[in-house]
Amino acid sequence: MLTDITLGQYFPGNSPIHDMDARVKIVLLFIYIVAVFLFDNHINYGIMTAGAIGVVLLSGLPVGTVLKSIKPLWWIILFSFGIHLFSTPGEPIFKVWNFVMTKEGIIQGFIISLRLVLMIATSSILMFTTSPLKLTDALESLMSPLKKIGFPAHELAMMMTIAMRFIPTLLEETDKIIKAQQSRGSDIDDGNFFQRAKGMIPVLVPLFISAFRRADELAIAMEARCYQGGVDRTRMKQQRLHDVDFWAGGIFSVFLISLIVVQFTL
Amino acid sequence: MSIELKNISYTYMPKTPFEHLALDDISITIPEGKITAIAGHTGSGKSTLIQHFNGLLKPSKGTILVDGVDIGKKNTEAKAARRKVGIVFQYPEYQLFEETIAKDIAFGPRNIGCSEDETQERVKQAMDFVNLDYDKYAHRSPFQLSGGQKRRAAIAGILALQPKYLVLDEPTAGLDPKGRESLMEKFRRLHKEKGTTIVLISHNMDNIASYADNVIILNKGKVTMEATPEEAFSKKEIISQAGLELPEVKTIMNELAQNGLEIQNNAYTMDKAVEEIIEALRRKGKC
Ligand SMILES: Nc1ncnc2c1ncn2[C@@H]1O[C@H](COP(=O)(O)OP(=O)(O)O)[C@@H](O)[C@H]1O
Ligand SMILES: [Mg+2]
Repeated sequence: MLTDITLGQYFPGNSPIHDMDARVKIVLLFIYIVAVFLFDNHINYGIMTAGAIGVVLLSGLPVGTVLKSIKPLWWIILFSFGIHLFSTPGEPIFKVWNFVMTKEGIIQGFIISLRLVLMIATSSILMFTTSPLKLTDALESLMSPLKKIGFPAHELAMMMTIAMRFIPTLLEETDKIIKAQQSRGSDIDDGNFFQRAKGMIPVLVPLFISAFRRADELAIAMEARCYQGGVDRTRMKQQRLHDVDFWAGGIFSVFLISLIVVQFTL
Repeated sequence: MSIELKNISYTYMPKTPFEHLALDDISITIPEGKITAIAGHTGSGKSTLIQHFNGLLKPSKGTILVDGVDIGKKNTEAKAARRKVGIVFQYPEYQLFEETIAKDIAFGPRNIGCSEDETQERVKQAMDFVNLDYDKYAHRSPFQLSGGQKRRAAIAGILALQPKYLVLDEPTAGLDPKGRESLMEKFRRLHKEKGTTIVLISHNMDNIASYADNVIILNKGKVTMEATPEEAFSKKEIISQAGLELPEVKTIMNELAQNGLEIQNNAYTMDKAVEEIIEALRRKGKC
């Protein structure tokens, strides 16, 4: 069913990772991803993987859920693994026609896949442990220095909040409309491409109508509450740093320093 | 012949942290030719339950027989059985999509392979049934109609399929009292004239009291009662546990009985209540 999609979904919880300030999470994640692509010492890959596993365990998320988040990008990972397998020069171990598989290729392919997996897994931990509202608030506040040069940080964040708020609603609605039309005998999964495209019309028309209706209602509701862009708005929930954020920063610094030390001494 | 559910369980989003058991081991029978009401609090699983009747949802466990045919199978016999059941969803007006009302109502019959003549005939009949004048409305856009008319046009879209079992999910939600009454009357007429079996999901116990032959009470995904209205309304405990209220007439009769009027207290519709009260008063020698 459509509503079974978990991509970018928030799982409420009380773990230290959930409690962290979203801004801190975004910044640390950003540094981590840069580190994953910068450091290329084999011991460092071990440390970075251990770090990611540690965060998953701390977050209390089911390990299966985190692994499932990799699934949509599985083909990209496999593809880049394959490319590296055959395109890295070195000691040949296997040959099919013109393609030479090398030992270096296996190692390189494995490393690239590991980097992608680490990147996707840690990003999805951010999505899984942070409510969309906090996420956009954090993005707005991180982007707010750009307001000085006329960048509409607040408006962008507001648009993202609204879009995220309505994704589940629209999925639910699509599901309902599909079922309603199926009850009227339409076979949405049958036939060739054109028949199926035509079969989408009875779903898309009501869906668009309802999306426009919702947008209209929301706009009226916002206007009725005198909503006006980002000028001098205060927040209901102030973003504040707590102990857990300082702990996270501290532990992450130790993590980063050890990566640097390993990189340049071993 | 009937719709028969055997040990149906259904779980939403299985194997995720949002896993939710919406139906828990449900076994019920919807007898042919009757009006069966399904009542329950919001979230008790009513809508989930009826989506099993024509195979929109596949049960996590259990089987569904429509006129003795297992609709979970993948053969043409099962498909034909699924088509015997027509579902009018909650707020069906949101499924309208065609340029004209006639085309929208024709969508269903065309899908099931009716000839053009047959389709037109069915469209006319269905519009007539819901009191939408064919000459006046057939070629108008459904989006120009009022809320109540849209609802009726959408219902006509299901009636045009001429289902043997018609399932109505809170068909009168959001209508004004007059619209509610006239819509319910239409369903009753359909039942009387064409013998269509009706499954009515409703919160409104007064409605259930005046229309239903059978009542099924759902509470948190479990069936807590399957009985005649008379029996159902005599078990106040189960009704209120399910978060429902007795029909107004029944409440008044209970009050009268408590305050010492010796009535039989089986009545749950206005007419029968009047009879019972008169009889009780007569016995007391006051009339
Ligand atoms: N698409 C869905 N995904 C997940 N849970 C759902 C979905 N639809 C309904 N539910 C849940 O299943 C339960 C039963 O819902 P529903 O059948 O709609 O109840 P009712 O029609 O009696 O109000 C509710 O707790 C609801 O939250
Ligand atoms: Mg419902």
